[in-house]
Amino acid sequence: MEALLLEYLPILIFLGIATALALLIVAAAFIAARQRPDSEKLSAYECGFDAFDDARGMFDVRFYLVAILFIIFDLEVAFLFPWAVTLGEIGLVGFWSMIVFLAVLTVGFIYEWKKGALEWE
Amino acid sequence: MAELWTGYMLPTVIIVAQIIAIVVPLLFSVAYLTYAERKVLAGMQLRKGPNVVGPFGLLQPMADGIKLLFKETVIPSGANKVVFIAAPVVTFLLGLIGWAVIPFDDGMVLADINVGILYLFAVSSLGVYGVIMAGWASNSKYAFLGALRSAAQMVSYEISIGFVIVTVLLCVGSLNLTEIVRAQKDLWFAVPLLPMFVVFFVSGLAETNRTPFDLPEAEAELVAGFNVEYSSMPFALFYLGEYANMILMSAMTTILFLGGWLPPIDVAPFNWIPGPIWFAAKIAMVLFVFLWVRATFPRYRYDQLMRLGWKVFLPLSLFWVFLTAGVLVATGWVPK
Repeated sequence: MEALLLEYLPILIFLGIATALALLIVAAAFIAARQRPDSEKLSAYECGFDAFDDARGMFDVRFYLVAILFIIFDLEVAFLFPWAVTLGEIGLVGFWSMIVFLAVLTVGFIYEWKKGALEWE
Repeated sequence: MAELWTGYMLPTVIIVAQIIAIVVPLLFSVAYLTYAERKVLAGMQLRKGPNVVGPFGLLQPMADGIKLLFKETVIPSGANKVVFIAAPVVTFLLGLIGWAVIPFDDGMVLADINVGILYLFAVSSLGVYGVIMAGWASNSKYAFLGALRSAAQMVSYEISIGFVIVTVLLCVGSLNLTEIVRAQKDLWFAVPLLPMFVVFFVSGLAETNRTPFDLPEAEAELVAGFNVEYSSMPFALFYLGEYANMILMSAMTTILFLGGWLPPIDVAPFNWIPGPIWFAAKIAMVLFVFLWVRATFPRYRYDQLMRLGWKVFLPLSLFWVFLTAGVLVATGWVPK
């Protein structure tokens, strides 16, 4: 167990160094450059107009739909990873059970396609 | 005291030295990738490209960096300040930490974890957070729309990337990156899995928001997309992260399909050249194709982009998972 966790120690240290480096770069710009903010400079960019309303308004529901479809398929991929690695050991039973699972998901995918969930415009 | 030194301090110092040995050449490559991009594009458009700063314009990336360093960091008044600064930091560090598991040669790897490819897949998936955070925290319409588009695009193509990785795993039987490269000793996976190689490369373009899928930028309509409110070094961090991600994606392509550090043929003049050189040469070749694509293809429309991802690549890669598994089981070639 400890040996397994030790393998991840370099990644943890790497994460620390990368974060420190990024923050250092941001801080360097704050120190090196002259900061002269004014209200016009700090307003949101909208091609010279004053912003009409808040940017966090409504957006197209299809983005949300894409996110939901992504979760379904990404989970499917996550299920496939261990199956793909152990295919040699689980034999024909393992192979066919995954094929049935994928077939069910394919039926769902065809339904979604026919319903027009994948259409833009 | 001596035990503390040999038991804890020394290994840590070695790890830190190794990390520096990865990060410094990586940042150098990122700087010169921007230079190479401009030179290659210029060459393809019969221009000269950067040629004033230093010999052949070789100091241009340094000049760009110094210029950005001395610019004012503008944080819009409507922005969420912490998230606004965190977004480029996240993008940058995700571009770097993927390199912790990349094998540069047989055994030459910082963290040889047994789920290497899963880690890479996870790190490249997290990239979408930097974009979403930037778009939301800026509180600007352009940034918000750009972030939405970019996020939807990145997650769409990630699914095909996942399926492609599964087809490779079926042929290897391990998640360890070193094992994946060793399995290609006799035949690179680009040959038997050619359609998946193409799908992976094109999805890689979409995942890193490169032309012809650079819709988040779309300078004509969104004026630069999610990073429109950024200036100075936070802006530079986005670019560094993006280009580091491009190099990481090329490294993944090389490891999964082009045999990593292995020479093309294992005969005399080729296997004298050390593995890391082959690895770097293959990455450089893939990167050149990235740039070549940029010089050649016009930008996709958003509906075309989503159609390609969901209606072409997803069914195709899913079918190839079926096919690969079926062929391997039927012929008894499944790796034990």
